[in-house]
Amino acid sequence: MSNHIIETENLTKQYGNLVAVGNLNLKIEEGELFGLLGPNGAGKSTTILTLTTILKPTSGHATVGGFDIVKQPSQVRKSIGIVFQDPSSDDTLTGYENLKLHGMLYGMPVSLREERIREVLKLVDLTDRKGELVKRYSGGMRRRLEIARGLMHHPKVLFLDEPTLGLDPQSRENIWAYIENLSHEEHISLILTTHYMEEVDRLCDRLAIMDRGKIVALGSPAELKRIIGGEVVVMKSASPDIGSLKSLAYVKHIETKDGVVSLTVVNANEHLPEILQKTGMVDSVEIHSPTLNDVFLHYTGREIRDEAPEGGWGQRAMNYRSNK
Amino acid sequence: MGTKSNELQVKQMNEINGIIAIWYREFKVFQREKSRIVASVVNPILWLLIFGGGLGASISISGINYQTFIFPGILIQAVLFSSVFFGVYIVWDRKIDFLKEVLVAPISRTSIFIGKIVGGATDSIIQSIILLILGAILEKAGLIPGLKLTFVSTVGALIILFITTTSMVSIGLIIGSRMESPEGFQLITSFLLFPIFFLSGALFPLNRLPAWLGTLTLIDPLTYSVDALRHTILGASQYGLALDFGVMIGFTVLVIAFGTYAFEKMKV
Repeated sequence: MSNHIIETENLTKQYGNLVAVGNLNLKIEEGELFGLLGPNGAGKSTTILTLTTILKPTSGHATVGGFDIVKQPSQVRKSIGIVFQDPSSDDTLTGYENLKLHGMLYGMPVSLREERIREVLKLVDLTDRKGELVKRYSGGMRRRLEIARGLMHHPKVLFLDEPTLGLDPQSRENIWAYIENLSHEEHISLILTTHYMEEVDRLCDRLAIMDRGKIVALGSPAELKRIIGGEVVVMKSASPDIGSLKSLAYVKHIETKDGVVSLTVVNANEHLPEILQKTGMVDSVEIHSPTLNDVFLHYTGREIRDEAPEGGWGQRAMNYRSNK
Repeated sequence: MGTKSNELQVKQMNEINGIIAIWYREFKVFQREKSRIVASVVNPILWLLIFGGGLGASISISGINYQTFIFPGILIQAVLFSSVFFGVYIVWDRKIDFLKEVLVAPISRTSIFIGKIVGGATDSIIQSIILLILGAILEKAGLIPGLKLTFVSTVGALIILFITTTSMVSIGLIIGSRMESPEGFQLITSFLLFPIFFLSGALFPLNRLPAWLGTLTLIDPLTYSVDALRHTILGASQYGLALDFGVMIGFTVLVIAFGTYAFEKMKV
């Protein structure tokens, strides 16, 4: 047996003809904070739902904590915790009652359960609010409660599906701090999906960039940015003369879109005057070190931001309210 | 071998804990929704006093006061509606994504289903106890004379109501497991509830019906619950307890089996 906490072999999930996840091969180390980055519809959530035994794979294999997701779903479920994309706590119960219910569902003995409830509430700073109904919680508090709940039964892996989607910047920062903290304190592996680059950049040891059901790049944030092999020069220009740039040896990569040219350039500071000479008049120019967005653009030819997040939890929560 | 049976015991304990967990949650929700309890008691009393009082002013059935005659039927009606409507909570669970939390827990779908039944049955039994107490008070007040509420008949009535609620909650959950919206659930169940209620003979005696109507009442499983309850607290019955219980238990086993299957196939 390997010490990989998660291992997938050609894992595939199809809906009719649509391949949501195709031949996924992934190995995640124990104790890692691993990110799945990609736009909506990239297959991140499907991957998580399959690994957590909620969906059955169409073909391929995967093990989580050493257990087969198809043959030993019950053992897999015991070894994982999940924080779903949409809030999944019962808002007619209090925070404490939600945790108690979770402990009961996972067959925890009473004394252990109560001790653990105290621990996880403290971890997410909700001890003072535990007796309040969840419907009085803010979005950030509710997310923290669900993180606490996912940790209660001492899982080996915690899955976080878009943990900060729909939260305001301050709550997001707050959740990030909790995630960082628990990856140190709880000695577990964390798998998170997100379409926020800052999130993986800040939190993850390693990440996989997913696009259209496939992994297009895998590595640490620094490694992936190094792949770009230079700085990124972004120019705005009505009629850029790209042809002349192609002959320059230090220009690694050219990407144009809606009058914006982005170049990958070795030693950009040094070569910028020459580039500008070649292109002629430009409206603006900017040099920055590569970001994960550049990495994504490099591999897919699109920006992650192009895909507007559809129906996140905030949206659904609003639908829910208007339906009530 | 010893460890094998130990493992099995642990597994069984987990399932029982899971059932208790689901029940715990349903009960907490029930406690919080006070209006549900009030409505579930007020509506039957309105039926008994206004409908029963109005019609009872001009008729009595084989010597029994009409309000007394329909009291068992009203109890069954109350249990029928609250039990089947309980299924809407699974639709809400899905809508608010709470269902995912439950489905991903290491317990079987069967345990989830049983936990839900016990939860719904608890609501109905609490409702029934309140209605039986109100029945005893109304009997003392002379409004429904001839009601036989002794300790034994009350326990008997609760057993009958328990079996009835179990099957009716199952039906509600089966429908709920298939529905995406609470509105859809409401629509389907109202189509189902009214025929079941009216054909059960809750509001009229079964012995002088025209043939077509008589046949229809015979197919209605609720008919036998009404009959058994009448036997227990009025001392008047059409089919006898053996047949009544036979049909009630047989039907309950059938819908539980079907419900377990429906939960097994249920999508998130």
